[in-house]
Amino acid sequence: MTDTIVVGGGLVGAAVAYGLARAGDTVTVLDEGDVAFRASRGNFGLVWVQSKGDGRPEYTRWTRRSADLWPEFTAELRDLTGIETHYSKPGGLHFALSEEEMDARKSLIHRMHNVHGAAEYGAEILDGDEVRKLVPGLGPDVVGGTYCKHDGHASPLYLLRALHEGILAHGGRIVGDARATEVAPDGAGFRAETAAGTFRGDRLVLAAGLGNRALGPGVGLTVPVAPQKGQILVTERAAMAFEMPTHVVRQTSEGTFMIGDSHEDVGFNLTSTTPTMAAIAARAVKMFPFLKDLRIVRSWGALRVMAPDGYPIYEESRDHPGAFTVNCHSGVTLAAAHALALAPMLAAGRLGAELDVFNAGRFDADAH
Amino acid sequence: MPTRIDAAGEPIAFTFDGVRVEARAGDSLAAALLAAGIDTTRRSAVSGMARGPYCMMGTCFECLVVVDGVPNRQACMVEAADGLVVTTQDGAVDAFAHEDGGREMLA
Repeated sequence: MTDTIVVGGGLVGAAVAYGLARAGDTVTVLDEGDVAFRASRGNFGLVWVQSKGDGRPEYTRWTRRSADLWPEFTAELRDLTGIETHYSKPGGLHFALSEEEMDARKSLIHRMHNVHGAAEYGAEILDGDEVRKLVPGLGPDVVGGTYCKHDGHASPLYLLRALHEGILAHGGRIVGDARATEVAPDGAGFRAETAAGTFRGDRLVLAAGLGNRALGPGVGLTVPVAPQKGQILVTERAAMAFEMPTHVVRQTSEGTFMIGDSHEDVGFNLTSTTPTMAAIAARAVKMFPFLKDLRIVRSWGALRVMAPDGYPIYEESRDHPGAFTVNCHSGVTLAAAHALALAPMLAAGRLGAELDVFNAGRFDADAH
Repeated sequence: MPTRIDAAGEPIAFTFDGVRVEARAGDSLAAALLAAGIDTTRRSAVSGMARGPYCMMGTCFECLVVVDGVPNRQACMVEAADGLVVTTQDGAVDAFAHEDGGREMLA
């Protein structure tokens, strides 16, 4: 049996740890605790396929693989832990508010179809009348949009809770308040120095989000991830009006509307800011005028974990085999792939060839 | 049952679900309702169960009421005033309540 240390108890670390424990590894998850940036708690909750991977078809396929695994993934978690992730897969909509946006969107979908085939990619271009048949309450400024049947949404918080319970159910261990300060090779395995003591394992998985950047070099890994802020607004609960998620607004299973699609490069800054919140609200109200009458009850900022090109980084250390790093900004979308496809590779001690393109070596100009 | 420890202040009155509630100027709606023996202000939007004032400081959103037709007001954050019409917040609001034709589009 392999002893594996997973640094990071967010959605990425928890999904990987769950998959490893399920595959029979003895897993120890080291979680930083409430002082962490905790992107998983700030996540919007989309399981999103459309528009992912323009220029990187492997990312489209990996994302689609996760979306395809989600139904069995959520059922497995429910059966094991009794916790519902509130996943549903009614397909998702992306709207255009001008003909220019619509043309850009059409070009994107056509490019994706050229690479993957229309049937395989599964996104459709819809005019204004067609999108209005799919969701109620759209404003007159919406000129059209795109629909993808593979899209869905889930509760990031229930998902995280289910994964943690699932890790424990499979005999894993989760150590809280254990911020890792250093990782290093240790004999035939690895060790992690943390606020909660020193931990040793045969293998090491760095899934510490933005923390991977500082930890990676300890085991010969370069992990160039940087923060990108997103802000979210949440309304009061309303009677269920639509099940279908959209790229900026979705109604949660409890009835609140989550609103947000901002991208700001402002470093390690979690502040909610009035201009951005106002811009998010104005755009959302343009799409769905009825939102103007709902009260905002919460808002927050969170940090996406972004590689320079926006794609995941999956890599095993060349200098220290057995040390891996896992990074992405789509912790909900990719959770199923991380648990059911990536973790079995890690348990076997080797990343699959389909993940070769996600090696961080792609950022090294001299390597190509 | 909470009791009023200081009955000073100008007497005012509002209605809650049609019943007259005596209050004092400066009371929050939640304080006035509790002093009048009313501790259920809403029904949960998820389970339908009864809920009432809890934190009394604007944090927990348990004391939601409808005030003069405006839903989901926090009773602990609204000052009682003569003549207010307050009713139980019965579950979730209708997102399309203010939209002309919004409901038809759902059909």
